[in-house]
Amino acid sequence: MKILVCISHVPDTTSKINFTDNDSAFDTNGVQFIINPNDEFGLTRAMWFKEKQGASVDIVTVGEKDVEPTMRKCLAIGADKAIRVDAKPNDAFQVAKELADVAKNGDYNLIIAGRESIDYNGGMVPGMLAKLIGAHFINTCVSLEIDGDNATAVREIDGGKETLSCKLPLVIGGQKGLVEEKDLRIPNMRGIMMARKKPLEVKTPISDETKVSFKTFSKPAPKGEVKLISADNIDELINLLHNEAKAI
Amino acid sequence: MSLLIYAESEQGKIKKMAYEVASYASSIAKQMGTDVTAVTINAENPETLGQYGVNKVLNVKDSNLNTFNEESYVSVIAKAADESGANILVVSQSANAKYLAPGLSIELEAGYASNVVALPQTEDGFTVKRNVFTNKAFGIAEINTNNKIIGLSNNAYGLHENPVTAEIVDFSPEFENSGIEVESVDKNTDKVSIADAEVVVSAGRGLKGPENWEMVEDLADVLGAATACSKPVSDMGWRPHGEHVGQTGKPVASNLYIAIGISGAIQHLAGINASKTKVVINTDEEAPFFKAADYGIVGDAFEVVPQLIEKLKEFKAANA
Repeated sequence: MKILVCISHVPDTTSKINFTDNDSAFDTNGVQFIINPNDEFGLTRAMWFKEKQGASVDIVTVGEKDVEPTMRKCLAIGADKAIRVDAKPNDAFQVAKELADVAKNGDYNLIIAGRESIDYNGGMVPGMLAKLIGAHFINTCVSLEIDGDNATAVREIDGGKETLSCKLPLVIGGQKGLVEEKDLRIPNMRGIMMARKKPLEVKTPISDETKVSFKTFSKPAPKGEVKLISADNIDELINLLHNEAKAI
Repeated sequence: MSLLIYAESEQGKIKKMAYEVASYASSIAKQMGTDVTAVTINAENPETLGQYGVNKVLNVKDSNLNTFNEESYVSVIAKAADESGANILVVSQSANAKYLAPGLSIELEAGYASNVVALPQTEDGFTVKRNVFTNKAFGIAEINTNNKIIGLSNNAYGLHENPVTAEIVDFSPEFENSGIEVESVDKNTDKVSIADAEVVVSAGRGLKGPENWEMVEDLADVLGAATACSKPVSDMGWRPHGEHVGQTGKPVASNLYIAIGISGAIQHLAGINASKTKVVINTDEEAPFFKAADYGIVGDAFEVVPQLIEKLKEFKAANA
């Protein structure tokens, strides 16, 4: 099995969010970048397939040179090869198109992406990628088993879960559940040493067409003070929720 | 130029979020002096969409579409877009709509903007305001394609009545059979889902153990609420992953969010920030949640919550 894991390079979840260049770009000053958590669950599941069932695991990122440390971390976790498409990711369609080109050329039968990246939260790339390469697509995937050419997956739906099956090739939009938090791997010294020698290919983008692009950013207005209510005065809380907030 | 909405239904009944999508689309249609068409799949009450400004419904009835599947649904909705001649498609951000919309954008060669929270602006290009960085910021995005798809964030626009008579037209497009089999669906139909809920009751480590969740469930029952939990609680296996809300879990945009024994990590607060009214109950008055909440009680959940349940029962009985 040939697996491609799509990796997004995102600010750590605790990052302060600020904007620069007249609020037109995210301010990366002092921000630590990590593997997008939804992608990391997928990468870890891919490692499981590699070790238990035999598979090659390549990773791909669309980004400029600054994403390479995040890619090296994926190699240190155990991916075999990394491909960086040398473009600034501006738009989900642009990214999906580049990934589709890598996926087609590499003849992958399983493509694991994250449900969404935790920065722009678009949740658009995996589904677009699947349609562009004519593969099946399963979103919000919380469990995945592969048996030969057959995939069985569990998808989270509003208020429950659904079990699906299909033939490969398949693209998933993965999330926690593919593996648990405790299964995530911290690269060890040997992995880090080996990662330095693993191939990291840089590919020229095929297109710069965008369909949707961000112009400016803003932050929500600061919130007012909390109203504290005494623990002995639950009636007051109900009164406020009913008459002031009109929430009940 | 006209608009199409995909109006979702559940067991034949049009969902509330579909009425919200209709309200939003009819407001755009008014601005542009055009009409709103809806496509419904196996809905029994499509005429109710007229209440929210939908002029025409393409009503698809097909037993092969009883269970949602992305491939056939994309195919049906794309055909409806062709049929209606619409170039703006508005969908909700339910799990199914988020699943469909990216594929539709390829099918329709449309620019797709997800997590949209306000009406589009058209003075300087076609721009929409989107939630980004898990509610920590907004981004103004321009859609520069002729065909456009807008994913409207749940509860971002609200319901606005605009009664018209909806013309109901049977629509039977040919569609692709799905190559993905649905083996089983495990859905708790007597409980409201986090995405559909007006009220969400959420609890964290402060509850000390999974055996103490009965009062959370009871409080949720009184309020007709969905139950949710913090990340540590789902990581420890006290509650199912499906209840985890926050940056890496589910987003919440309910009218009322009650957090019990949740300190309020930045990732949690981001995920629930789109909720309108937030209540926190926590023993630690320094808990960061108090900075994000509208109302707070400093107190022990094991004393406060049972009282709250009793008082709410009295309130509900008096206001029934």
